[in-house]
Amino acid sequence: MLILTCPYCEVEGEETEFHPGGQAHLKRFGPGSSDEAFRDYLFERKNPRGVHFERWQHQYGCGKWFHVARCTVTLEVFGSYSAQSLAPPAEVLETIQARRPGWEFET
Amino acid sequence: MSETVFEGAIRVERFVGFGMITIRGDFSDAKIAQATAARFGAGVPKTRAITVGDTGMLAWMSPDELLAVVPLGEADGLAAALADDLSAAHALVVNVSDARSVFRLTGAGAREVLAKGAPVDMSPQAFGPGMIRRTRLGQVACAFWMSGDDQFDLVCFRSVGDFVFDWLKVAARDGSLPEYL
Repeated sequence: MLILTCPYCEVEGEETEFHPGGQAHLKRFGPGSSDEAFRDYLFERKNPRGVHFERWQHQYGCGKWFHVARCTVTLEVFGSYSAQSLAPPAEVLETIQARRPGWEFET
Repeated sequence: MSETVFEGAIRVERFVGFGMITIRGDFSDAKIAQATAARFGAGVPKTRAITVGDTGMLAWMSPDELLAVVPLGEADGLAAALADDLSAAHALVVNVSDARSVFRLTGAGAREVLAKGAPVDMSPQAFGPGMIRRTRLGQVACAFWMSGDDQFDLVCFRSVGDFVFDWLKVAARDGSLPEYL
């Protein structure tokens, strides 16, 4: 069971109160881009064993979308932050690096 | 649907009488906040809080949404008046009284009944008067707050109102409370 914190409500809720939205920080390739870029935008997802950045929605609460950094091996949650972020904030990256020495953020 | 009161380990009443107005806007904008506060005689609530004023109660629903609970007969008038106050602002005011069902849970075990279905810490230390929590009950969305000692008011969408009443009746059966809280 994941315990997530909504950055808007400050509710520390369990995962049944939230709805997952897939990988975070995707850059959209739409009309005018190459077929390969559009295909990759639609289908190519990172799935490392370990640290993931994901979108979540507080479905049964305030309804807002936000971002979560968590580990898919241990279900440890490193932090949640606003959906209006183009990249993870520095403090979340520092938390992950402290917990996972040698881990590097890949864009 | 004919019976509206259930007496078990606690009293569950489904009732009509809440006028509910949804207000959406940026409440960090002083104009919107002041107009809303003035209309209900209650300050704009902080995160997950409720404030009680002369003409009703304001509850925090999300960073850009408030729920005003007023007497049913006054909802139309207040919504129209506030919409007029905010006509120049980027805000939305709608009377949603008919969109929701309202329940009142009364009794010492009310916390335990809610704790059976909502993933919320219902201990008195964690949840008290002046707070609102939007969450799920069973598998449907709801919101509840304390309206007195050992008394909770709960709202959910009308489309799931019968389900919620049935759910509460099962959860509040005599002798079914674990008495952990």
